[in-house]
Amino acid sequence: MTTAVSTRLRQGTLGTSAVRPDANAKVSGSFAFSSDMWADGMLWGATLRSPHPRARVVSIDVSAALAIDGVSCVITADDVPGQLTYGLIAQDQPVFARIGDEVRYVGEPVAAVAADHPETCRRALAAIRVDYEVLDPITDPEVCIAGTEDLLHPDGNIFREQRVVHGDQSITGEVVVEGTYVIGMQDQAFLGLEAALALPDHDGSGVELYIATQWLHEDRKQIAACLGLPEEKVRLVLGGVGGAFGAREDISLQVHTCLLALRTGRPVRIAYDREESFYGHVHRHPASIWMRHHADRDGRIRRVEARVVFDGGAYCSTSPAVLVNGISQIQGPYKCPSALVESWAVRTNNPPCGAMRGFGVVQACFAHESQMDKLAAAIGVDPVEIRLRNAMETGDVLVTGQIVDDVAPVERCIRETAALPMPPLSPDSDDYRDIPGGSGLTADRRHIRRGVGWGVSIKNLMYSEGFDDYSTARCRMDDGVVTVKFATAEVGQGFVMLAQQIARSVLGVDEVLLDTIDTQIGSAGSTSASRQTWMSGGAVDAACRAVRERLLDLVADRDGLDRSSLTIDDLDITDGLSYRRSVVDAAVGLHIDETAEYRHPPTEDLDQNGQGNCHVAFAFVAHRAVVDVDVDLGLVKVVQVATAQDVGRVLNPLSCVGQVEGGIAQGLGLAVMEEIVVADGLVRNPSFTDYLLPTFLDAPEVVATFIEEFEPKSPLGAKGVGEPPCISVTPAIVNAIRQATGRGLPRVPVRPSDICL
Amino acid sequence: MTKSSPPSLDYRLTVNGRPHEVQDSWIGESLLYVLRERLGLPGSKGACEQGECGSCTVVVDGRAVCSCLVLAASAVDSEITTIEGLGADQALSDVQQAFIDAGGVQCGFCTPGFVVAVHHLLSNHHDPSDNEIREALSGNICRCTGYGRILEAVREVVVRRRSS
Repeated sequence: MTTAVSTRLRQGTLGTSAVRPDANAKVSGSFAFSSDMWADGMLWGATLRSPHPRARVVSIDVSAALAIDGVSCVITADDVPGQLTYGLIAQDQPVFARIGDEVRYVGEPVAAVAADHPETCRRALAAIRVDYEVLDPITDPEVCIAGTEDLLHPDGNIFREQRVVHGDQSITGEVVVEGTYVIGMQDQAFLGLEAALALPDHDGSGVELYIATQWLHEDRKQIAACLGLPEEKVRLVLGGVGGAFGAREDISLQVHTCLLALRTGRPVRIAYDREESFYGHVHRHPASIWMRHHADRDGRIRRVEARVVFDGGAYCSTSPAVLVNGISQIQGPYKCPSALVESWAVRTNNPPCGAMRGFGVVQACFAHESQMDKLAAAIGVDPVEIRLRNAMETGDVLVTGQIVDDVAPVERCIRETAALPMPPLSPDSDDYRDIPGGSGLTADRRHIRRGVGWGVSIKNLMYSEGFDDYSTARCRMDDGVVTVKFATAEVGQGFVMLAQQIARSVLGVDEVLLDTIDTQIGSAGSTSASRQTWMSGGAVDAACRAVRERLLDLVADRDGLDRSSLTIDDLDITDGLSYRRSVVDAAVGLHIDETAEYRHPPTEDLDQNGQGNCHVAFAFVAHRAVVDVDVDLGLVKVVQVATAQDVGRVLNPLSCVGQVEGGIAQGLGLAVMEEIVVADGLVRNPSFTDYLLPTFLDAPEVVATFIEEFEPKSPLGAKGVGEPPCISVTPAIVNAIRQATGRGLPRVPVRPSDICL
Repeated sequence: MTKSSPPSLDYRLTVNGRPHEVQDSWIGESLLYVLRERLGLPGSKGACEQGECGSCTVVVDGRAVCSCLVLAASAVDSEITTIEGLGADQALSDVQQAFIDAGGVQCGFCTPGFVVAVHHLLSNHHDPSDNEIREALSGNICRCTGYGRILEAVREVVVRRRSS
């Protein structure tokens, strides 16, 4: 006999598909993105960039630009009043290249102008004369690893070199498989281009910046240092953010916009176009990874060896952290008692690389999941079985020596993915849109081969290696009106919705107002590393709980009730006996204001052998891809992706589905089409005409299921959902293409020529 | 020596049924730029300036076009409908509501262009198949959703319109 338990959830609370508070504005076109910001008397700003990957700046002559009607000012490195460089980890990137110094990548800023019209700006940029002494670029990371006297920067050519030595180094396997895998440079390609509006204070002593960013407080720190102003004189307000995916973690136009506004005393807006955006933000690191797996006769992994090279491009950005993420999870979501890893993140004259969704683990996963299929073939078992035999469990150890003490349902992820329905063997119709090549009408179904492939991944959540990435939130209740404030960047993921859900659940109200997202409160840390649901969710939850406790204290005092028996039940405060009053009514006349910070447990740096508890927590996911391939033309249609993802707890079902489907599309992009093509340091395809993104016709059917095992370490029981969807889907698709074609395909994206030539 | 400002001119555009005077506009300005920067209609978005992404989709004389590729001054005799012209009396259109209900909105940057494109599609085609929807909207790029919830939104509108 079973007992039915009613678990009715009030719409809008945790666990329901609450509606985004910004949804109405976004569908009606009235939501203000940073590129929509406007001010009276506003000038336009624009940036002059280096056309060379490496050159010495000999001279800069701005006189002809200044003479153009409508040009207000031209600024160069000489006009930077504070620190001349910035950067997230190392401050090695110049605001502008200085005369006598080198430019280190195509697109490095040299000067900026402010003028009355974008066209005037373009003409002014064209009138600035810069003489360069062109130098030979270093574009091969191996040159830097081998060691060269030719230093690209005073800080050197190596951002980080890290070994991992773990377990018994004498272990070998009865079965050994190896390969070298190459990952191309992917772009985040958010739709909402970089844009900012800077408003100078009337007395010129400070500036207010409306900016699309992932991390307001880190931006403020770096901007203030470059402007030579105290941080309180630089106020940042989040402009509407049109996607981010890692590309807004670094400084791009922030300092330039503020400098122009302070120089002219007028509001200044800079808005990049798509080409400039490709030059203006960091990309996913291209990588080369050699791996060797040792396994016993049953396919159980005994040891992994790897040599990992990430090309960081011209400036450091987050390269050291990206590298550590990759190598610390190089074993994948599998048991592995022994490892030896050598790794480098190096400086070259290629475009700077940094954060992108998956942050180093995407590259590692392509390597280890390619290896798993090789291991399966060597043992003679199928790709699912090899992964099940090695599946990590709670209590297993990473190659860094860290114990995975999270919920780790790897086996469930694999089994539940396998249980999801497969697509029909061949579609009922001969609709050309279902066939590789699509409207090109290049194939008929008889020439198409189908493949099925697998990928499984682990992804760390939150920042690592000792970084205290706390988050702050404030909750006020005034006469029953609840207002929540935080500096958490809403980039599209829906934290604004989640914050309201938390407040509704904790406080028993339906109406929750959100204050402006700005720097008038403590930091929330970055919207990255799948961390905001856990970190800022934890902070909002703590602030709301503090308000609830205070509310119940005050109501007990005022109404003469037993405090210990008071609770919030649905929308009411009750003592479980005769007292029941709605929260909104009971709170009339009360004013409560609580601020909370949420911190995760501390983490450690890796030691020289790559050992240390460097991560906070982990999430897991499995992907199964079904592809159709036209082997004659090398064209691929991804038919279906099935996935089971470890999420701890589903806080918003529709939002989770959206993250999964969106992440899969980005992983598909890396698998078969997306790459910034760089030759001799020159970007060959900085446009949406030449950098191919998945369209509606490229996106596969997605069948998804969520594995809900409450994560006790997480304040809401939930794990971050954002990154895992885009990680193992890439090798799943490539493994499917390999199965269909018999090709080795060691490189992503897989190009048509890789299949058909 | 000073160079003169770019050549400019005055003209009138008809947007969402209302006449708008455009003054002192450089002749090279796109329709997207004029809508956003001169007429106070920033709902249409620019994300590629090459007609590849569809964020700037508007309807000109019954055709869905990328407003980044249309010279504003060439549209003087045209009827132009933008995202701001959809919906009535502060209410959302059925397409707009379906995008919310189905979870088709994340960052929202592509949303206005999609909404205009979906209205245009369904005004010409009352019962499109999934593949017809995908093909008709393949000129609109979304980087957040992977298109699944947008497909669901369009399906919902088709069903609701059929039953009403």
